[in-house]
Amino acid sequence: MKQAPALALQALHKRFGTTEVVCGVDLYVQAGERVALIGPNGAGKSTLFNLISGHARPSSGFVHLHGRSITGLQPFAIARLGLARSFQISNLFPQLSVYENLRCSVLWSLGYGYTFVRLLGSLRDATERTDALMERVGLTAQAQTTAAHLPYAQQRALELGITLGSGADVLLLDEPTAGMNRAEAEHFTALIRSATAGKTLLLVEHDMDVVADLADKIAVLVQGRIIAFGTPQAVRADPAVQAAYLGTVV
Amino acid sequence: MSAMQKVSGWRDWMVWPVCAVLLVLAPLFFSGSFALALLSQMGIAIVACLSFNLLFGQGGMLSFGHAVYAGLGGFVAMHALNTFSAGAGWLPVSLVPLCGGLGGLAFALVFAYPSTRHAGSSFAMITLGLGELVYALTTLLPGFFGGEAGIAGNRVNGHVLGGVSFGPAIELYYLLALYTLVCALLMYLFTRTPLGQMLQAVRDNPQRVASISYDPQRVRYLAMLLAGFFAGISGGMAALHFEIVNAEAVGSARSAAYLVFTVLGGTAHFAGPVLGGVLMVLCTVLLSAWTKAWLLYLGLGFVLVLVYAPGGLAGVLAQHLRLARSGRLLPLLPWYGALTGCAWVALWGVALAIEMLYHQQLHAASGSAFMFLGLALDTATPGSWLTALGLLLAGGLPGLWVYPRCAARYAQAHAAAGLHAQSVVARGVW
Repeated sequence: MKQAPALALQALHKRFGTTEVVCGVDLYVQAGERVALIGPNGAGKSTLFNLISGHARPSSGFVHLHGRSITGLQPFAIARLGLARSFQISNLFPQLSVYENLRCSVLWSLGYGYTFVRLLGSLRDATERTDALMERVGLTAQAQTTAAHLPYAQQRALELGITLGSGADVLLLDEPTAGMNRAEAEHFTALIRSATAGKTLLLVEHDMDVVADLADKIAVLVQGRIIAFGTPQAVRADPAVQAAYLGTVV
Repeated sequence: MSAMQKVSGWRDWMVWPVCAVLLVLAPLFFSGSFALALLSQMGIAIVACLSFNLLFGQGGMLSFGHAVYAGLGGFVAMHALNTFSAGAGWLPVSLVPLCGGLGGLAFALVFAYPSTRHAGSSFAMITLGLGELVYALTTLLPGFFGGEAGIAGNRVNGHVLGGVSFGPAIELYYLLALYTLVCALLMYLFTRTPLGQMLQAVRDNPQRVASISYDPQRVRYLAMLLAGFFAGISGGMAALHFEIVNAEAVGSARSAAYLVFTVLGGTAHFAGPVLGGVLMVLCTVLLSAWTKAWLLYLGLGFVLVLVYAPGGLAGVLAQHLRLARSGRLLPLLPWYGALTGCAWVALWGVALAIEMLYHQQLHAASGSAFMFLGLALDTATPGSWLTALGLLLAGGLPGLWVYPRCAARYAQAHAAAGLHAQSVVARGVW
């Protein structure tokens, strides 16, 4: 029996008023695959992410996670099914410390839910997982710094850490290296690669070096449509892509 | 985690036994019946303000109707007391505040649902509307609310448990002190539970909370249940203390008072609402006895705090505690002394002018001369007005010179101590 794709988008549409931003997207990401979603500004990449993560409702079409429909579910319900996302603009808990930010992200998957009869300090598994997560994204020295006071690159690392916290196996990363300089981006790409080993990855990225480094496959989104999907070599060779995207941008 | 954190954790927990000892010893120093009543009322206000801040400071939910839960809790507690006094069943008087808490919780179960569907200004408007609604109900349902007069009861109802009748004020004081301490401790512990942590996360960023599997609306709802419960307890404590509950207890003025004094105390620190509760009793009981213009002074003070010390009293204290620890407070003290002196003189000028204006408006019939804090004033003679103006200038003009220099030195010390990069939100009690 063939395994269901980790993430399947079928005939996905999103209209804002009369403007169609996502026009019939079909995309299948197999478990363990790393797919980069590229496309010019305004192609609908972030909207597509919002449709998958539940932050926006599709006008029509379906989203399946491991064969199960998550179309129209609330973001928290989708997250509980094992899908985690990061945001293009750092989306942290600004008044909480780095440690607290990361601890928030591990609580649900450890089964603590809405409990108010257990003290956080006594939850050894949460503490261990938070410490490991902090180590992994390289923020151990900043444990007690409030998120709002972190330098930009470290805020991006924290953003990634929160996304990894739940241990979800399908990750959506929205421009993880946006705004970083070359050295930071390289370092961060290596971090993403090691931290997401074995997971299914869909990432939006403008930096082609990062894409080449992280992705097995590339999907090209132009004006709300996927015009090409395949290995980096195949996509680069695709005349439609060259005309619509690479030709104009690169 | 690190050893440093353990030390600060240990210091945090030490606060509680110290507070317990202070509460036990307080009646030795404040032994009069008036002083005991003040202390008891402070306990009531502290629990109410802490429960308010659970919503506002911890959850970012600005409630304009918090008195609804405290007040309704008070009515439920009073009905419970009266029912059992009348001989139906048996309830120790010491559990009456708990009945209030359950009452507050029961109403929160209903009211919190529409309130917490939204955050931000929608939440604030809904709480305002619910507050007005419940206040309007007090005249429509005289059976429950007792109409204008309210509902009275008698805590000495013949049920004596272990020789304690709660007749003497000192017995009631210790009961209320125990409730205050236990409620404060429970609310503090709540901030350290998964739900308490997620509540702060919801305050900061509900969208991100949803993407890490939590439903922000559910978090807000649960927090409001807890806040309603503790507010209800404070209402029940008040019912025992005053032995009467009336419509004022659910009114918007009371809701506003919880808001104003919690902010004055400081919302970012757990201890803020405690200071706020103390301040609330000092102002509403003592200041209001001194002068009819007390609300004007309160308003002025509130505005000044919002402009110059948005972190409230607790914020100011915490910042200076940190400065003191880094050894940079001492050089500031002469400047603070000078500023306080100027402010004190100017305040006298302002106060004299305000009192004379109030006297002119309210007591003109009793003549133009009156006494204020031992000073003979006369609104008809220019001398009194000139004195007021003179004091204002004598304090204000040098104050205008001192203030910017003092502020600059504070900012310098603050930056030198590296406090600017530290959180404005306290992790522990401080």
